[in-house]
Amino acid sequence: MSSKLGIPRGLFYYRFYPLWNEFFKILDVDCIDSGPTNKKILELGSRLCVDEACLPVKIFHGHAASLRDKADFIFVPRYTSISEKEYICPKFGGLPDMLRNCINGLPRIIDTEFNLRKKNSNALKAAAEIGSFFGHSTRDSIFAFSQAKKAFDEYRKMVVAGTFPGDILDNKKNMRSLGKDTLKILLIGHPYNIYDSFVNMNIVEKLRQKGAEVFTVDMFEEKLLKDMAEVLNKRMFWNFGTLALGCTYQILETENTDGIIYLMSFGCGIDAFVCNMAERRVRERSDIPYIVLTIDEHTGEAGIDTRIEAFIDLIRWRKRDEGYISAHG
Amino acid sequence: MKVTFPHMGNTYICVKSLLDDLNVDYVIPPFNGRAALDLGKLCAPEFACLPLKITIGTLIKAYEMGADTILMTGGRGPCRFGYYCEMQREILNDAGYKMDAITLEMPKGGIREFIENTKRLVGKTSVWRILNAVRNAVVIAESVDKLEKLSYKTRPREMEKGATDLIYRSFKEKALSVKGSRAMKELISKTAEELNAIPLSVREPLKIGIVGEIFTTIDSDTGFHMDKILGDMGFEVDRQVTVSEWIIEHMLKKVIPAKRDLRYVDAAKPYLKTMIGGHAQETIGNAVLYAKAGYDGIIQTYPLTCMPEIVAQSILPMVEKDHGIPVLSLIIDEMTGEAGYMTRLEAFADLLVMRRKNCEMKKVAFQQATEV
Repeated sequence: MSSKLGIPRGLFYYRFYPLWNEFFKILDVDCIDSGPTNKKILELGSRLCVDEACLPVKIFHGHAASLRDKADFIFVPRYTSISEKEYICPKFGGLPDMLRNCINGLPRIIDTEFNLRKKNSNALKAAAEIGSFFGHSTRDSIFAFSQAKKAFDEYRKMVVAGTFPGDILDNKKNMRSLGKDTLKILLIGHPYNIYDSFVNMNIVEKLRQKGAEVFTVDMFEEKLLKDMAEVLNKRMFWNFGTLALGCTYQILETENTDGIIYLMSFGCGIDAFVCNMAERRVRERSDIPYIVLTIDEHTGEAGIDTRIEAFIDLIRWRKRDEGYISAHG
Repeated sequence: MKVTFPHMGNTYICVKSLLDDLNVDYVIPPFNGRAALDLGKLCAPEFACLPLKITIGTLIKAYEMGADTILMTGGRGPCRFGYYCEMQREILNDAGYKMDAITLEMPKGGIREFIENTKRLVGKTSVWRILNAVRNAVVIAESVDKLEKLSYKTRPREMEKGATDLIYRSFKEKALSVKGSRAMKELISKTAEELNAIPLSVREPLKIGIVGEIFTTIDSDTGFHMDKILGDMGFEVDRQVTVSEWIIEHMLKKVIPAKRDLRYVDAAKPYLKTMIGGHAQETIGNAVLYAKAGYDGIIQTYPLTCMPEIVAQSILPMVEKDHGIPVLSLIIDEMTGEAGYMTRLEAFADLLVMRRKNCEMKKVAFQQATEV
């Protein structure tokens, strides 16, 4: 009987699932994922995780805990760095240790480290280590990884060509509607906030219903964003920060965005800095409407709905009235 | 050019000596406190960590005193501290406090830009003079940390309450007016003699290890003077993370080939396998080492949203369980009420005293039972 691998559907699942799904498929590993986030997982995670952690990390705890008794291993790679000279977030680096020390009865954690900060080939070494848990040779694991990387590159091509990543994940087709009045809204945020419709209270769907087409930082070519971010006085050492700021600079240059929504987690260290820097640049160099929405486990849906409505209304009125606001209403 | 720098504990003493020796014109802002925080939180992002808010407030005060250039250390992450220099420059300039910034790190432009920055700071000075000034500053940082450790030993044992504080407070004020590294070394030496001359009782106090984020643990003004309060309650405190340790282990030893003290890394390994940024590894590792050294309790303190310390906090309960040592985590932000903070400290102190009493009573009972 082969070992079962549990995959928590949180954090970088949203970024790398096409890669890992293909990798484990080629190696014929029996996988089970924890399913989409729901109230039970959120409550479980909030209870088990330390209070001060950000919401995505708490939700991840919930996903991991829900895989107890369902798998022999649980896949929590230690993402120290996924790009040269950059980190992600300290919590990503310490995530397997947090789980190990907070949750009882977890299956054995596969916490292979991914550290691409200095050498890219660390990825292959890590792939070999992961494959070995299931009895695969280094050669087979490396082959599976290179094939999986090709599949991932195909996925990235689709996304950059304009397919919304959330639609691919949720298996939705033909969601885009680009009419004359469709607003183009840039939604900046971590993938685990933007593509988890439970966490963000279905914000993408709500924006679409209001006649907006949503696009995200992931839908740009990474190299382009990194080049745009070169103008920063000091090189940013967070992968998300570089991409988000690079995207901001790109938007300011091409001027084809009607509004920017920054979706931030309460307590996210990186967002605190990146959001502030992005906002400053947008407000200084353009008059693109910019709003920050902060989410945590207490966020009420009504509050988010009101803000989205007001924001979209503001943009439409501005377009209609060209900035003229009547003094008498 | 009038240089200034934010406060972090006693760093002003070694920085001041360095700038004195290199003849750089500078301004020392008032020490950190509520006033600096109230100023800084108006400009800084809401979820920025407390040290950024405090340093921005302090730099605003320095600007009002005539400073036009910020001297700051940098970093390469993942802790946010590495990006403070940029955030400070942008936020202050936006708010109307036009200041230039010199960051002490290898810049984007490499060694050439680094030399340009150094020239901007010190003008035409020989390399030898710069190296000598740096060497003296490091020696001073080490002796100031030793002095602080000495005060942690004398305060719980002093026969006359307040004797340590009288000498130590006077030292901190005199250090503001003393000029040059030689005079500073003399002042430190004299203060050490005064502290060593304090009459002490022979009682052995309970010991508390302080771990956590570097700024809140080192800067007593930010940490509600926890080290002094615990000392007055009769506890000897200790803190492994110090300014000189940071300069020597994390800055100098990366350039000079010297063996680093990595005991905390080995101690942390069963709980936290890798460096994740900030001082998380130090927090866990030192907590384990304190437990093994027979300390009575551990206090972890950090600013709200400090990412590495959040990871450490989630792991400390395991250390607590495995080593049987009580751990208290205190999180500080601009809403922290002093009363609530003090209540927790006092309750923790009482807990440690009762544990020690119970332990001693059990020892005596055991001895009596085995004698009979």
